[in-house]
Amino acid sequence: MTAATMKSRTPARRRWLYAPMTLLAAFFLFPIVFMLAASLKTDHQIFADMDSLKAFLPVGDVSFANYAAVFERVPFWRFLANSVLVTACVTGLGLVVNSMCGYALARMRWRGRAVVFGFIIATLILPFDTTIVPMVYLVANLPWIGFEGLRPVLEIGWLNTYHVQIIPFIVNAFAIFLFAQYFSSLPKGLEEAAAMDGAGWLRTYWRIIVPLSKPVFATVLILTIVTSPATWNAYLWPLMTVQSEELRPVMVGVQYFFQLDTDWGEVMAYISMITIPMVAVFIAFQRSFIRSIASAGMKD
Amino acid sequence: MQRRNLMKLAAATGGAALAGPALAACTASGASDGKLLLWTHTAGNDAELGVTDQIIKAFNDGQDTYTAERESFPQDAYNDTVNAAALSGDLPDLLTVDGPNVANWAWAGHLQPLDVPAEITDEFLPTTLGIFQDRLYSVGHWEAACSIFARESVLEAARVRIPTMDEPWSREEFDEALERIAADTGHRWALDLSTADIGEWYPYAFSPFLQSFGGDLLDRSTYLSAEGALNGPEALAWGQWFQGLFTGGFANPESPIGAEEFLQGDAAMTFMGNWGALQAMEQFDDVLFLPPPDLGAGPKIGGGSWQWALTSTADAKGGNAWMETALSDEFVAEFANQTGLIPATNGAAELTEHYGPDGDLRMMMDYSRSYAVLRPETPAYAVIASVFTQYAGDLIHGGDVQETLDAAVAEIDADIEANSGYGF
Repeated sequence: MTAATMKSRTPARRRWLYAPMTLLAAFFLFPIVFMLAASLKTDHQIFADMDSLKAFLPVGDVSFANYAAVFERVPFWRFLANSVLVTACVTGLGLVVNSMCGYALARMRWRGRAVVFGFIIATLILPFDTTIVPMVYLVANLPWIGFEGLRPVLEIGWLNTYHVQIIPFIVNAFAIFLFAQYFSSLPKGLEEAAAMDGAGWLRTYWRIIVPLSKPVFATVLILTIVTSPATWNAYLWPLMTVQSEELRPVMVGVQYFFQLDTDWGEVMAYISMITIPMVAVFIAFQRSFIRSIASAGMKD
Repeated sequence: MQRRNLMKLAAATGGAALAGPALAACTASGASDGKLLLWTHTAGNDAELGVTDQIIKAFNDGQDTYTAERESFPQDAYNDTVNAAALSGDLPDLLTVDGPNVANWAWAGHLQPLDVPAEITDEFLPTTLGIFQDRLYSVGHWEAACSIFARESVLEAARVRIPTMDEPWSREEFDEALERIAADTGHRWALDLSTADIGEWYPYAFSPFLQSFGGDLLDRSTYLSAEGALNGPEALAWGQWFQGLFTGGFANPESPIGAEEFLQGDAAMTFMGNWGALQAMEQFDDVLFLPPPDLGAGPKIGGGSWQWALTSTADAKGGNAWMETALSDEFVAEFANQTGLIPATNGAAELTEHYGPDGDLRMMMDYSRSYAVLRPETPAYAVIASVFTQYAGDLIHGGDVQETLDAAVAEIDADIEANSGYGF
């Protein structure tokens, strides 16, 4: 086979490859395209278009009325701010706490380390749904130091607060596992050199380990945002622990739209609005995301 | 209030970061001195929230011992929220409760009996009163009623008699009407049953057909078993008839919720609640709201909707005082005006646009009074509803009728037995 024939076949092969890939991409895009198109239509129009390709096109009786109605039905900015805050705290604090925990388990030698690591890994087999009821009971009886003016007061119960949405989810067994696995693969010579220069554990972690571990930090960041029950997709936990409307996240807001007579156009408009931030995050971290999913071996 | 919440927001950010200092004051709910906390399931429903706020204002302005405040929750998530609050000892003073859940919540100890004068509650439709083991636990402002929505022009084209309460369709007439409509009117479906509305719709809308055949969800003489009621000869006849609606091509097994097939003109008739009546009237100028067919044991429709109740931890005096304010005809009528639902009292009906003596939806009150059957008033209802929904779905999709009903009975009876009869 000559170089000339190879050159002439490559584009053709690519075309054959791109054709099914495009089809697959379109298949996955359909729900999002439908959501965006339906968000511009009246209910009558949505159902009238349902049997044809018009369902995916902004045609017929279209307007931005559904988006305007969203702001009348839910305190959208409040819900959005709550979700951003909780997601940022859980992921940010989680990176610090879980990476330090992973480091202690992977690189420090101490009695009972294997047992503790095994115990942490064992918690992964428990689905969140099975632990949620005892967790509610637990957080309802935990103490907290609040303030009346400037005077600290002891309170019982974390319900109906921001911290009940954040603190129980900072520690994440899967994140600890990923950090520990990654840290185990780093050469020990780096730490030994740092120790000879007089660096303690904390300085070694912060100055040597963290800068070398950006891929695993990116992986954990993305997986936490995507899969944690307490970040962007938080629904069941805030539903059971947060009673005040002013503390609710965006996913609970979806339920505001399901009435006896549900307006599907408004539902689609709201879902579009709360999907956009996640799409933006995905586009920004697309490369890291794909790498993280591949390295984590997850198809979630 | 706003400032306090901003403080909470700031405190949460900084506090969580420092993992120690307080984030914010924890807002306690439940009973407290002079404060009555109300929970409603109507978040996102401005019409109902508006009336609730009117009641709260009237109550707060009318006395100075108590101050009522409300918190609203989305309906689909409401029961889980209440159960979680009961678990953590964080129930409010008053809350809304769906009629079929009253028995379960009362049995679980979430509710306390009401102490509202009988001259007030006697005026209410029987199905708006939540009674468990002879004690009144809740009262509703409104009721809903299902009927057959049809267009006069379509029935005339199919040469189908328009039924009345005095002479509803018999089973044979109804079946013949479906066949004529399917054959003569060009509609894709003769009847829209909104089957995609999986959930409470199934027992609410479809179990009255079972009762109209003479069967039931449970043996109400004991409340201890579904044997015979849900799998006896009457239930078997219902199951075969109900399945035949779908296998015979009269109804779509996958019809969208909210009577959309009817509203789109794809279905000639729909069995729908009166909350969809105003939209249907806007859509068609010849829409009729017909009584359900008499399938052998008389026409039946579901009864019992959202009601107000006092929790077991509530200040009973304050809570009952709030109930007395809330149950005035003025507010009952206002709920009906805002939602289009049936006012619970005749006095309120006179004050409404649609349900007065000459109102265009007056017949819904009559249907409710004459045909409504409460879903079994037992704590087991939560499981009964779930089981019925599952197995009715199996029937719709062609499952063997006798096997399906036997399986449903077995599951219901096992649950009742596991809970020692739920107090019966």
